[in-house]
Amino acid sequence: MPDLGLEVLLKGKNLVRLLGGLWTALRISLLSVAISLPVGVVLGVLMTRNNRFVKALLRLYLEFIRIMPQMVLLFIVYFGSTRAFGWDVSGETASVVVFTLWGAAEMSDLVRGALTSIPRHQYESAEALGMSRLQTSIFIIIPQTVRRLIPLSINLVTRMIKTTSLILMIGVVEVLKVSQQIIEANRMSSPNAAFGVYLSVFLLYFLACWPISLLAGRLEKKWS
Amino acid sequence: MNESILSVEHLTKRYGENTILEDVSFSVARGEVIVIVGPSGCGKSTLLRCLNALEPIQGGEIRLDGETVDSGAKDLTRLRQRIGMVFQSYELFPHMSVLNNILIAPVQVQKRDREEVKAEALELLERVGLSAKKDAYPRELSGGQKQRVAIVRALCMHPEVLLFDEVTAALDPEMVREVLDVILDLAREGKTMLIVTHEMSFARAIADRVFFLDNGGIVEQGKPADFFDHPQTERARQFLRTFEFESVK
Repeated sequence: MPDLGLEVLLKGKNLVRLLGGLWTALRISLLSVAISLPVGVVLGVLMTRNNRFVKALLRLYLEFIRIMPQMVLLFIVYFGSTRAFGWDVSGETASVVVFTLWGAAEMSDLVRGALTSIPRHQYESAEALGMSRLQTSIFIIIPQTVRRLIPLSINLVTRMIKTTSLILMIGVVEVLKVSQQIIEANRMSSPNAAFGVYLSVFLLYFLACWPISLLAGRLEKKWS
Repeated sequence: MNESILSVEHLTKRYGENTILEDVSFSVARGEVIVIVGPSGCGKSTLLRCLNALEPIQGGEIRLDGETVDSGAKDLTRLRQRIGMVFQSYELFPHMSVLNNILIAPVQVQKRDREEVKAEALELLERVGLSAKKDAYPRELSGGQKQRVAIVRALCMHPEVLLFDEVTAALDPEMVREVLDVILDLAREGKTMLIVTHEMSFARAIADRVFFLDNGGIVEQGKPADFFDHPQTERARQFLRTFEFESVK
């Protein structure tokens, strides 16, 4: 059996530190999700309205966020804006800002897509039954939109969790950064630690995202 | 026939520059069954959609029992409850069971007692042969079954006028009959109906009056026997000939 360097995890507080790193990553992503989903819903609804100016503005925002690699966004906010505007932003705050901007943009597009995919006839059929606009929204349109949206937005959540692996680049000590530190610190005693530690990181990400993916799949099946 | 329930005067409908209906006038008596026929694109469906203000109109007036129907009316939702409509593509609500599709409007819009409406809905479902499907979802039904549910859904609102917009056009031939039988049954009951259809033998059987619509206007109208056997205009003769086939043997 090759030496996978797994014993490093049992040394000192290494495992606890790794879990702490994971918690940092999850905290940042879940906080960003909690802010960006509602904001995305509002922006998505606005995108289906007939105001050309608002539409163009939101389109520009969405494309800007999409084209820009997340890492560049992190650098702009953390290194760029702090210099340019002279404010003091921690790496964690900068991460939440970037992930919220990104999540809200993606979510708004999902909401727009779900809303526009509901056939015009569904509105007409509700109106022909004498429903008011509000009743049509509450009983017919929103439930159908939410059913389409939930699996898609859950996928977005897992993408956001995975992408937190980038924030070590702006000095946030999350799970990947902790792994690097553990590997460095034990270079002499366990030269093979990289494999074991990164394998654990893989398992931790998997354990965090898999249940969420399962849930998305199940809901998708249930509502298709 | 007794008093008029629906009257249309000088109705004009345009899409931009395009005139779809021009100066259409008619009235419908309570209990009357009107069948509207005509070539594709003649404005038949648009006419029905104007009657419950799904389409705004550019001229003329539509009155239901003396009350004006127009897309800006404040009590439009109340007027629409009195005009039932069944669409070509059924348009059931996919996220609700058959029973909830039927109950949602009477319970939420008309604020009627749920149990009372449910009893009525079950009775109507029984009548159209679908009581076993009350808890099914629309995706589990055939086209003909969906359309019968859509008819029950409209009936449960107790409308005074029923509009049928090519309700069998999307159905397989063997399912057309089950839907038409339900409509024939409603005619026997004395329901006031306006029906747009391409089923000529059905039109002949059910209509009190046939309207032939072409180029945005009613070109000819009359009793079905007169219209189908002795059409007065060349345009109607031409249209009716498209349903006949010469023997090739």
